[in-house]
Amino acid sequence: MENKQLSVKELEVKAKEARRLIIEMLAKAGSGHPGGSLSATDLVVALYFNILRFNPKDPQWPDRDRFHMSKGHCCPLWYAVLAQTGYFPKEELMTLRQLGSNLQGHPARMTAGVESASGSLGQGLSIGLGMSLAAKMDKKDYRVYVLLGDGESQEGNIWEAAMACSHFSCDNLCAILDFNGCQIDGKCEDIMGIEPLAAKWQAFGWHVIEIDGHDMRQILSAYEQAKTVKSKPTIIIGRTIKGKGVSFMEGVIGFHGKAPTKEEAEKALRELL
Amino acid sequence: MSEQLYQRDVYGQALVKLGALDKNIVVLDADLSSSTRTNLFAKEFPDRFFNFGVAEQNMMATAAGLASCGKTVFLSTFAVFAAGRAWDQIRVSIGYNNFNVKIVATHAGITVGPDGASHQALEDIALMRVLANMNIIVPCDGPQTADAIVAAANTPGPFYIRLGRSKFPTIENKNEFKFGKAQVISEGDDVTIIACGIMVSEALLAVKSLAQKGIKARLINMHTIWPLDNETILMAAKETKFFVVCEEHNVIGGLASSVGEVVAENYPKKVIHLGIHNRFGQSGQPADLLKEYNLTSLDIEKAVLSNIS
Repeated sequence: MENKQLSVKELEVKAKEARRLIIEMLAKAGSGHPGGSLSATDLVVALYFNILRFNPKDPQWPDRDRFHMSKGHCCPLWYAVLAQTGYFPKEELMTLRQLGSNLQGHPARMTAGVESASGSLGQGLSIGLGMSLAAKMDKKDYRVYVLLGDGESQEGNIWEAAMACSHFSCDNLCAILDFNGCQIDGKCEDIMGIEPLAAKWQAFGWHVIEIDGHDMRQILSAYEQAKTVKSKPTIIIGRTIKGKGVSFMEGVIGFHGKAPTKEEAEKALRELL
Repeated sequence: MSEQLYQRDVYGQALVKLGALDKNIVVLDADLSSSTRTNLFAKEFPDRFFNFGVAEQNMMATAAGLASCGKTVFLSTFAVFAAGRAWDQIRVSIGYNNFNVKIVATHAGITVGPDGASHQALEDIALMRVLANMNIIVPCDGPQTADAIVAAANTPGPFYIRLGRSKFPTIENKNEFKFGKAQVISEGDDVTIIACGIMVSEALLAVKSLAQKGIKARLINMHTIWPLDNETILMAAKETKFFVVCEEHNVIGGLASSVGEVVAENYPKKVIHLGIHNRFGQSGQPADLLKEYNLTSLDIEKAVLSNIS
């Protein structure tokens, strides 16, 4: 199913709505990860509304494009966008992290639209590689998108997968790196330096596109460019701001894994109107 | 002397047969395809074989991605690298997802021989047994390896199949293999000997020798460790006096633990554990190692004789 293309303005409105949903569900749940959910919002909203082929009424449609969120702790963002695109009602978002909910604290297959569990970092690019190889074997033209975190790039499994995606010439695979520069214990460069990131991926044989991960025009053009790259995988490195869109969360390490209080949520929602 | 076969040869041949019947079968390996014998499949179906190099974690999670797209994935490496190195990938990406990934781990146990402790998986059954959704088969010989592979291909969900490195003597006159149903190899009411893998052939020698001494031992080949055949164990608990459980695995968490748990909860009887006790392995010839770690037919016989009243 081809989805209706939204304008940049419309995408920005959707992104703002997604951010509100993230704040609301995290405040209701009382725990979870706002920082990385908010930093990757624009990248994922643009992907779902303008790039990805899928049918929320038929989540198992064999020709669907695949999306996998390797940095699983940012699933509030995934759930918000799945609700926005019609996989389940937005009211269900308020059950996040509750006993019996389809919306687990980290992604699980019980959620409509989720292809695979994640939560233990570093495994998602390999999952995407498997999907990419399956498409090639089945001669299908669906594409595979995997969202990675920058802290997650410290996992060895990521680089095993990076080597293999390039070795198997996975040009139907596009990784998206949410480069917000922060992880739980501090700034990535202080905890375990990952730079020069672009050069690393280039050295592993990838086509690298560096963009401002909050600029819808740059995001859309990066996705379109990725589709045209042949014989190698592409990674879009989006420079982002942790907690983007909420002034008192932006760049604040403490909001990696701390839900907003009721008062903080109200303040945040006012900013996101 | 009965026929002796490498389980991995039978595995490779079984994969080729399955691959011809089912185009959905994909095989992965991590630079050990000539040892695990997945190279037989690779030669026949190069488009459905992927070598991941020395990167087991990536191989394991990639298998999950393939399975998410409807593939039945068989993958192989040595048991230490499959169950140990890539355990978290098995847990989150394969087990939790309940994907159709069949891990066929070769070179398990002490009989790996000269390569020594780093390569002798004595913990893999324990590591797999604690994972929800994981089915576990330890075939006792060559022919049973083919049965196990077919059962795994035909049963949805994740599997761990444990194979050895050395040649295994074929156990004659077994009942038909049924996944999840233990095989009673010999009837008896004095003692029950339960074994898996290569230890079944050692146990069978012990049973024959005990018979000459007038002791009737029931021998159970517990090829399926999960789901465990509680019924056959409890029948033996009621009908025989005690258990001797034999495995080339740490006594903690493996077959002996499995049997002990069922018996203790339902029908308490003494369970003697013949396995590796709080030690790593070491280099040596397989037969010498079985002696060193008290896992020969003589050790089994001794355990029976010293506990029979």
